[in-house]
Amino acid sequence: MDLPKSSLEDIEIQLLLEGVYQYYGYDFRNYALSSLKRRIHSFVRLEGLTNISALQERLLHHRPCLDRFLLNLTVNVTSMFRDPSFYIAFRQQVIPLLRTYPFIRIWHAGCSTGEEVYSMAILLQEEKLYHRCRIYATDTNERVLQNAKNGIFSLKLMQEYTQLYLRAGGQKSFSEYYTAAYDNAIFRASLRDNVIFAQHNLASDSSFNEFNVILCRNVLIYFNPTLQKRVHTLFYNSLCTFGILGLGRQESIRFTPCENHYEEIAQGEKLYRRLN
Amino acid sequence: MSFKIIVIGTSLGGLSALKNILVNLPLDFLTPIAIVQHRHKDSDRTLQALLQEHTSLPIREVEDKQEILPGQIYLAPPDYHLLVEPGYFALSTDEPVSFARPSIDVLFESAADIYREQVIGVILTGANQDGTQGLKKVQAHKGITIVQEPATAESSIMPKAAIAAVAVDWIVSLSEIAPLLVNLCDYIRK
Repeated sequence: MDLPKSSLEDIEIQLLLEGVYQYYGYDFRNYALSSLKRRIHSFVRLEGLTNISALQERLLHHRPCLDRFLLNLTVNVTSMFRDPSFYIAFRQQVIPLLRTYPFIRIWHAGCSTGEEVYSMAILLQEEKLYHRCRIYATDTNERVLQNAKNGIFSLKLMQEYTQLYLRAGGQKSFSEYYTAAYDNAIFRASLRDNVIFAQHNLASDSSFNEFNVILCRNVLIYFNPTLQKRVHTLFYNSLCTFGILGLGRQESIRFTPCENHYEEIAQGEKLYRRLN
Repeated sequence: MSFKIIVIGTSLGGLSALKNILVNLPLDFLTPIAIVQHRHKDSDRTLQALLQEHTSLPIREVEDKQEILPGQIYLAPPDYHLLVEPGYFALSTDEPVSFARPSIDVLFESAADIYREQVIGVILTGANQDGTQGLKKVQAHKGITIVQEPATAESSIMPKAAIAAVAVDWIVSLSEIAPLLVNLCDYIRK
């Protein structure tokens, strides 16, 4: 009988990921292979190499190459007030629940460069709840987190963000939240007052608190079902009873073992409430 | 051997081309179909509804890790790349490829990667080059390649680019595509 044939490329990728995990401790072994493959290929080209085995050699022997690799593999496209209807639903369905708590802990997992963290901080300020909140914004990548801490984004994007902010139910003039300097928009430091930025790896780290809200948008799509299951269990165990889980627009708990532990609280938006 | 998936890519003029294909597919057509139609990132579910009017086969906009099932038609959601994994779909918000997200190349290449010779790739009308690299990969893995006859396309740039780069198996007019798919899949089924 013919054994199912792995292509040489699949074997190379497997060896590469195993090596990176064993030597450096970064675990990409359970990432969704289809998109991971594309990123590895583009990185091979970027480094001027011809194949994945050559990349393995460089990665294991040259630490700076690892840092470039991590950045290339984990930087996600993000934006402020992405999917405005999500923020509208959050204002209408979640904020009233949060008002009943004296103190609110929010975990933004996989926050990338922080655009969505600032969006949520703005929303909470406008709802006059921010002083009672603590937002834990985590990502695996240190460099990306540093950008998030700085809160400096390209001024060119502000026109688009203003539109999204208004569609998300924004109540002020968006420019009140930042100062323009040269080509940058520097966001108000007060938005960061109650935000803690920290490194956390969803693939290997455990829970660190109990939360009223967990937001993790367009991160799980990069994981395979095994890792998704791990992370969903982590989220479930990290939420208080009736805590809120917010996912990306095309993400779902339908294909995970946690499906029955939540109820949908906003039709069509990926906002769920933990039941038990 | 049977085909595991049909991937279809289209851009400008795609809506009427897709309608034409869907309306001519029989209700017992089992091979799953995944479609990338370029559209604006803020698009709502109108495309799904418009296409659904022309077939009883269920059409859905893909959610991450959704199973690939027979008799279903899957649509790439706006602003996400659609990728094939073994038995299910994955999504990504990576940078646009050839200025497009969803990108036809991304869908085709990942489908070819997983299902190899069991893929049928179809390029329809469009005014750009997306899909050419993907179709090349479908062919490299010995899948079936089909391109809409450029003269019958609302915009011939995409079919022409594909034909120029790939020794395509079939170049057929729009109205012949659905019968061809039925023949290919039926023939294999028997």
